[in-house]
Amino acid sequence: MDERWAAAWRLLPSYLGAHVLLAAAALALGLVISLPLAVVAVRSPAWRWPILGVASLIQTIPSLALLALFYPLLLAVSAVTEQLWQWRISALGFLPSLFALTLYSVLPIVRNTVTAVLGIDRDVIEAADGVGMTTTQRWWRVELPLAAPMIMAGVRTAAVWVIGAATLSTPVGQTSLGNYIFSGLQVEDWVSVLFGCAAAAGLALVVDQALALLESGGHRRSAARIGVGGGGLLLGVLVAAWVRPSTSSQGEVYVIGAKSFSEQYILSTLIADRLRERGVLVSAREGLGSSIAFRAVAEGDIDAYVDYSGTIWANVMQRTDAPPHDQLMQEMTAWLREHHGVELLGELGFENAYALAMRRDRAERLGIRTIADLARVASGLRIGGDYEFFVRPEWAALRAVYGLEFAGEQQFQSTFMYKAVADGDVDVISAFSSDGRIAALDLVVLGDPSQAIPRYDAILLVSGRRREDALLRAALMPLVHAISIELMREANLRVDRDQDKQSPAAAATWLAEQLEARSIVAQDP
Amino acid sequence: MTGSPESIIALAGVTKAYAPGQRHAVRGLTLAVAPGEFVAIIGGSGSGKTTLLKCINGLVGVDSGVVRVDGRPVDEVAGHVLRRSIGYVFQGVGLFPHLRVADNIGVTPQLLGWPSAEIATRVAELLTLVDLPPEFARRLPAGLSGGQRQRVGLARALAARPRIMLMDEPFGALDPVTRDALGRDYRRLHTRMGLTTVMVTHDILEAVLLADRIVVMRDGVIVADATPRVLLAQHDDPEVARLMDMPRQQALRVRAIVEGAALDG
Repeated sequence: MDERWAAAWRLLPSYLGAHVLLAAAALALGLVISLPLAVVAVRSPAWRWPILGVASLIQTIPSLALLALFYPLLLAVSAVTEQLWQWRISALGFLPSLFALTLYSVLPIVRNTVTAVLGIDRDVIEAADGVGMTTTQRWWRVELPLAAPMIMAGVRTAAVWVIGAATLSTPVGQTSLGNYIFSGLQVEDWVSVLFGCAAAAGLALVVDQALALLESGGHRRSAARIGVGGGGLLLGVLVAAWVRPSTSSQGEVYVIGAKSFSEQYILSTLIADRLRERGVLVSAREGLGSSIAFRAVAEGDIDAYVDYSGTIWANVMQRTDAPPHDQLMQEMTAWLREHHGVELLGELGFENAYALAMRRDRAERLGIRTIADLARVASGLRIGGDYEFFVRPEWAALRAVYGLEFAGEQQFQSTFMYKAVADGDVDVISAFSSDGRIAALDLVVLGDPSQAIPRYDAILLVSGRRREDALLRAALMPLVHAISIELMREANLRVDRDQDKQSPAAAATWLAEQLEARSIVAQDP
Repeated sequence: MTGSPESIIALAGVTKAYAPGQRHAVRGLTLAVAPGEFVAIIGGSGSGKTTLLKCINGLVGVDSGVVRVDGRPVDEVAGHVLRRSIGYVFQGVGLFPHLRVADNIGVTPQLLGWPSAEIATRVAELLTLVDLPPEFARRLPAGLSGGQRQRVGLARALAARPRIMLMDEPFGALDPVTRDALGRDYRRLHTRMGLTTVMVTHDILEAVLLADRIVVMRDGVIVADATPRVLLAQHDDPEVARLMDMPRQQALRVRAIVEGAALDG
């Protein structure tokens, strides 16, 4: 417990700093966009409902989806800008998060501004026209000042929304307080989840109060209130900007990616630690969606990460055949280099395949040892999968090869999926073969006699621009063929188990010690 | 014949409907006002008197016909430029609630780019003119009574030394005593400063007591246009005659009461 608290506190400056900068930028951009939109909506009844309608519509898009949608959108924009000006924009991290959150902040500001301006006493508007103000003068001298309190109320609402929704920017590669929540959820570290929630809520409260002070200061013409409120906000942003560069913009920074499960957090930390030992700066892009991670390395948004051969083969290369292992690796290496400039450095030495797993007692009672056995009784059983499983080619292949038909399918976050099978809520799950919980929960992995599931060897991928990077190679090459399935399962279990839980960082340290003890991986030269 | 050289305001054949196909607010209106005149426009609600007034300072654009101010068609001048040269006072007053009295009064000079020292002098002068104490300059409108607000509204309309004042039921929302006092004060200002005033009112007594000339409107057209004295004497239109008879009858009754005659005698 102490170790996890300490880990959470250590991460706070960089997570909070990034969160504050992101939210502040989104809110500022939101204001810049919202006010002119509000002016158009106020002046033109024909535009009013379209503008308010679209702003409301955006609000109904789940924030996570809105954030995710900006990634492919920015990739497309980036392709155009690269064509035209040889200038590539990063489609990962800050920009997609900024744009999505900015859109999110528009509705409360526009709606409050429109309501406030249209609600101004008609006599005051008539007087403004009567004394000879132009429309522009009327806006700045009369309408805006009179609407200001309600606009500020809209800004406060937007601020609270943006700060909350910014926690969802972690999966598109932006560091935020959401890193606590996403990684905590994946590795079942409730301390981390709570810490992230509390930090985001605390930040929202503080910002809301500062804006309230600013608002009442403007209303009462109190310079002290405006000073404390505005100064406090400004100071917060400045401190955030000052804290953040230590992790991002000084010298060479290696960016290591991780998908959103324990093994990935452990391995990315292991790689990052090995780079830091060599005296370079490392930043992490953790909790990436599975397909986003590959696109990110292809685009050079991250420099290295661990993926799995089956994922690349089936999902990226769109292949459905199953050649022998060595041939598959050769083809994949060549294909990745040719199509994306991505270097496949090598295999880590263990496999993390999708596997169907059941509780041992249940499997024995039903006489199930292989997926072929399972197919005979599947119509009376329920299966649980992670978010991707049922749309992946493996699932289609399993159904086609074995004729699997279940009574019910349920999707789970992977932590809860293991709980569901352990508690008997589902009979079969889509486990991962390297998951420590298979042994810990006494599950059995069902055999795949027809080899319907492709191999999922863990592989190291490096972006095109780092392909020749000697330092990165020196840090990574000793890991090739160095991590056995037993070691990886044990490291995963340390993070995933309920008792005596460790952080991914601690598990990575443990893994590094094991590798060193076995003299498989040499220490720094 | 309108638009003669000596008219400061001239409307010729002015027609306005607020929506296509709707009843006209004013129809073929023709009216000339000489410099220094005090004209009262009276009529029931919907008679078009407010529309007539707003056509003069361009707050309402006309469908056809020509409005001239100082001999120039108003649609040749930008609306805001025109309105800075014309004082405008209306029943709602419309003081800017976030500005102090001084800034409310000084708003048109400020828009015209007067130096701030000159604006300050002018504001002090105007407060005296409308009979408000100088310390009112620092107050916000919310702290003023109805009569005080309309005095500030009047000062604001006069600030940039306009030659024309347009007033739409300016004292309509005030209690009778304040209303009478403000009316008389304004009439003195009108004469002293050589203003041309067009005042819309539905109060026939107010029109009789303040104006040099009364224009009666009904259904968007002018049905009578003469001095109070002439109109009080007689008029062919029975409605106008009945309207004008009212203040006279009231005056007679008041005199009878003062002289001690029986009320129902």
